[in-house]
Amino acid sequence: MMTDLTLAPDLLMDVVDLKKHFPIHSGFFGRQTGAVRAVENVSFQLRKGETLGLVGESGSGKSTVARLLLRAFPVTEGRVTFRRRDGTLIDIAKAESADMRALRDEVQMIFQDPYSSLNPRLRLLEIIGEPLINKKVARSEIEDRVAELLKLVGLRPEFMSRYPHAFSGGQRQRIGIARALAVNPTFIAADEAVSALDVSVAAQVVNLMQDLQDQFGLTYLFITHDLSMVEHIANRIGVMYLGRLMEIADTASLFDRPRHPYTEALLSSVPQPDPRANAAKKRIILKGEIPNAAKPPSGCVFHPRCPYATDLCRQVEPPLEALTPGGNAVRCHRAAELTLAGVR
Amino acid sequence: MTDLTLNDMDDATPNAGRAEKLYQASPRQLMWWRFKRHKVALVSGIILLLAYLVTGLAEVTAPYDAFEGNARATLLPPQALHLFDSEGTFRGPFVYATTRTRDPVTLRPMYKPDTSKVVPIRFFVTGSKYRLWGLIDGNLHLFGATGTDKINLLGTDTLGRDVLSRLIYGGRISLSVGLIGVAVSFVLGLTLGSVSGYFGGMTDNIVQRSMEFLRCIPTIPLWMGLAAALPITWDPLFVYFLVTILLSLIGWTYVARTVRGRFLSVKNEDFVLAARFCGTSETKIITRHMLPSMTSYIIAALTLSVPDMILGETALSFLGLGLRPPVVSWGVLLQEAQNLRTISQAPWLLAPGAAIVIVVLAFNFLGDGLRDAADPYSK
Amino acid sequence: MPEESKKPVIEIDNLKVHFHVREGIVKAVDGVSLSLMPGEVLGVVGESGSGKSITVRALMQLLPKSGKIADGRILFNGDAGKVTDIAKLDRQSREMRALRGGRIGMIFQEPMTALSPVHTIGHQVMTPILLHSQGGKREAEKRAREVLDMVRLPRIDEMMRSYPHQLSGGMRQRAMIAIALACRPQVLIADEPTTALDVTTEAQILDLLKELKAELGMSIIFITHNFGVVADIADRVSVMYLGNVVETGRTEDIFYDPQHPYTKALLNSIPRLGAAKQHRLNTIPGMIPDPFNLPGGCVFHPRCGLASHEDCRRIYPPITRIDDQRTARCHVVAEAIKARNLETGSAV
Repeated sequence: MMTDLTLAPDLLMDVVDLKKHFPIHSGFFGRQTGAVRAVENVSFQLRKGETLGLVGESGSGKSTVARLLLRAFPVTEGRVTFRRRDGTLIDIAKAESADMRALRDEVQMIFQDPYSSLNPRLRLLEIIGEPLINKKVARSEIEDRVAELLKLVGLRPEFMSRYPHAFSGGQRQRIGIARALAVNPTFIAADEAVSALDVSVAAQVVNLMQDLQDQFGLTYLFITHDLSMVEHIANRIGVMYLGRLMEIADTASLFDRPRHPYTEALLSSVPQPDPRANAAKKRIILKGEIPNAAKPPSGCVFHPRCPYATDLCRQVEPPLEALTPGGNAVRCHRAAELTLAGVR
Repeated sequence: MTDLTLNDMDDATPNAGRAEKLYQASPRQLMWWRFKRHKVALVSGIILLLAYLVTGLAEVTAPYDAFEGNARATLLPPQALHLFDSEGTFRGPFVYATTRTRDPVTLRPMYKPDTSKVVPIRFFVTGSKYRLWGLIDGNLHLFGATGTDKINLLGTDTLGRDVLSRLIYGGRISLSVGLIGVAVSFVLGLTLGSVSGYFGGMTDNIVQRSMEFLRCIPTIPLWMGLAAALPITWDPLFVYFLVTILLSLIGWTYVARTVRGRFLSVKNEDFVLAARFCGTSETKIITRHMLPSMTSYIIAALTLSVPDMILGETALSFLGLGLRPPVVSWGVLLQEAQNLRTISQAPWLLAPGAAIVIVVLAFNFLGDGLRDAADPYSK
Repeated sequence: MPEESKKPVIEIDNLKVHFHVREGIVKAVDGVSLSLMPGEVLGVVGESGSGKSITVRALMQLLPKSGKIADGRILFNGDAGKVTDIAKLDRQSREMRALRGGRIGMIFQEPMTALSPVHTIGHQVMTPILLHSQGGKREAEKRAREVLDMVRLPRIDEMMRSYPHQLSGGMRQRAMIAIALACRPQVLIADEPTTALDVTTEAQILDLLKELKAELGMSIIFITHNFGVVADIADRVSVMYLGNVVETGRTEDIFYDPQHPYTKALLNSIPRLGAAKQHRLNTIPGMIPDPFNLPGGCVFHPRCGLASHEDCRRIYPPITRIDDQRTARCHVVAEAIKARNLETGSAV
């Protein structure tokens, strides 16, 4: 079955119709009464060495997508074709546990919360070196490798005998990056990796991530809600809303000329560190709130808040339609006729 | 990476050495440092340590045997400890001998201290023979009187037995009941709590509801029923072990709940997911990441469940079930004191009650201190 | 904006707040001076450890037990022309309690934890009204409805009877604003009110605050670490670092002509939407120092690109007045201003 997979040579990953539904249990016997559609029909491609940004607000499903790509929990439906280091292809969604264990050397994650992502009871040596300890690598070799990794992320090798409580938020994120790099992965999902950090610290960490990408040819999935940051770091950006991918485009196109009303509203909502620009900008204030993911609206899930919604939008969910051969796509009935305002 | 001058400032400061010690301190050390700040808990810990030491070496620390009676010295009131005699000379610790007379009307024995006769207290005296823990022969006692006079710092009971000695021997039984019960609770609580917390779902549901059902059963009638089922002819020591196991059947639920709570909170931490992404097997995740975060809490929970068992044994023996004479425990001692005469005429027989209160309070304070210290990262 | 030589409604003068912990004294706020003019929004912006939250908590006398106001004055110019020094009031005194909620309202970052989960929204909005005014329950209920309408909450009847957990994040934040405004305070303190909200919800709340400011003529102190938000809503800005205000000025001046090296560096390190793509973000070298080991002299000097003045290492820089609205704490700026004043022959 795995031999049916295909992947264009410049791609690292191809995600097709990814779905994740979390069942809702209630009652004494915990019968399933519904489902939270956390991720619904998400499709995108990842090119080798690029950074794909995934933005969205709460409930958009962006973190869930990252966890699905790493198989933190089972996939409800969909296909995730991944090119392994040895060139063979594998569907992460359907991988067996033996394959999955091997895959852990190739796909890794950096977490959002610097305080809960490191076990407070282990020293840095044991945290960063955990993948090597699992492989029963000799202790001196582990120490060498951890020292190397600490230097790579800008920390001193002596720190390996310290505990996480000795470090600040920014330093902990670096430790998390060192841990992710320990196995020499090809793909790293950064789940809001700098969202919990101060502005100046976040800048340092993002620079580090870009340096490492240049040095090791890493491919990133950069998840964030910070539109300014993602514009700086990503080659292409996907915009998610209530579990659906609403638009995906290369960075310049997304910011210059968004094709989805939600993207337009998002770009317009972000206040800029530029008082005159803020005053000059016509702000699109969306009415209403993000709906409940267990009871999504009919048709296009964005229609209750969309300034351009029509009857068709209320009744029929639009498909994700490709706009360019380069991979830009949008999920909107009216994409062809609307001219939406970008940032510049 | 020239923009990184991390921790350079630390090295330049005079606190660098102390800071490094802090950075390399394991969470267990941090917990100990936090615990030391909690003065009440520290003192309680010391009190309990002393209590276990004294009762553990009862044969040495108690001046007399628990069963040595003296018909001519029944219901002696506690003898006051003096350092200076009636003329003001320093004589070291001593008590006065008592003279015994009889009340002409009621024929009740009456006791008065005889200030002419000084009975000095000496340390490490040779006294009656004993067999420490049934293994080692000896006759050295921590303190006592030389000669024929006796020292009864807490008086005597209706058969003339020294209350202080019986208190110490009884303490050995009462305090060790708690420890054995704790061991059983630990095993039951850890297993069922882990299963409940780790698997969640229906398993958790079943275990939790069973625990709640158990907790709802009124303990005293339950114990009474079970204890009454134990034949009176059985060896008292054997009965003792069975009683401790009975008591721990209730105590384990507190430990189980604590363990389950910790599992539930640790299960969802990012570092557990990160460990899975490192390829760590589930078993290793439990042993390396989940269980270590629990030991401090488990210790605190176990400490807090001991008082329940001590009180349980006391209650059972007091009611005449559980342990019975000739076995000596604080509950048994209180059983013997359970009459009007004691309260009106011989209140020193209630000394085991005071001992229980002190010990139970000490355990509670110690457990609270441990529990507060167990979370070094609470903000 | 026309210059009005009015008296500031709040004037914080050389405030020092010290925390006594086992390891020593943390000088969380070390000589902060701010002023809030009537009808304006003062943005207070800084990273973690800057002391911005502690400053406003001192203003409301809501510091945690280990914190004490060590020095300084917090002057509040009440409606009736009465000036109170809040720093001298006792936390629990009647005067302070009358101010809190009555003349000075506060909204917090996390609406879920700031609202009581066991009381209805109606009850929570009515409570300050009942506490601070003479009217009865009926009067309070009427005013509660008015203020809920003012914050544009829908379905007021339902809202009065709802509990916080039934509302979304944005609605809870509006409810918190309603509670703060219930007694029509002169001053509103907003401590990171939109940090926990989604971008689109944040836009709604900022919009609301701007409207309310216009309608009610309120003065607002708005604390945040987000420069975009500050640029959007503030009239004047104070930038804080490690317990000091390093620069204060009109919003436009701060963003287009920053004077203090920290302000400049911070603005430089923020990625801007639509900007030409840089290869790397600019960063501020080094890290925020340990609060127990603050550098001597100017607290920013170890990380400052231009700590060129020899006083930077030794002397805590005094406040330099750049013009009637702008101040900065920096020796280099002080030098430049001195030179400029000599040239133009004037001192401002």
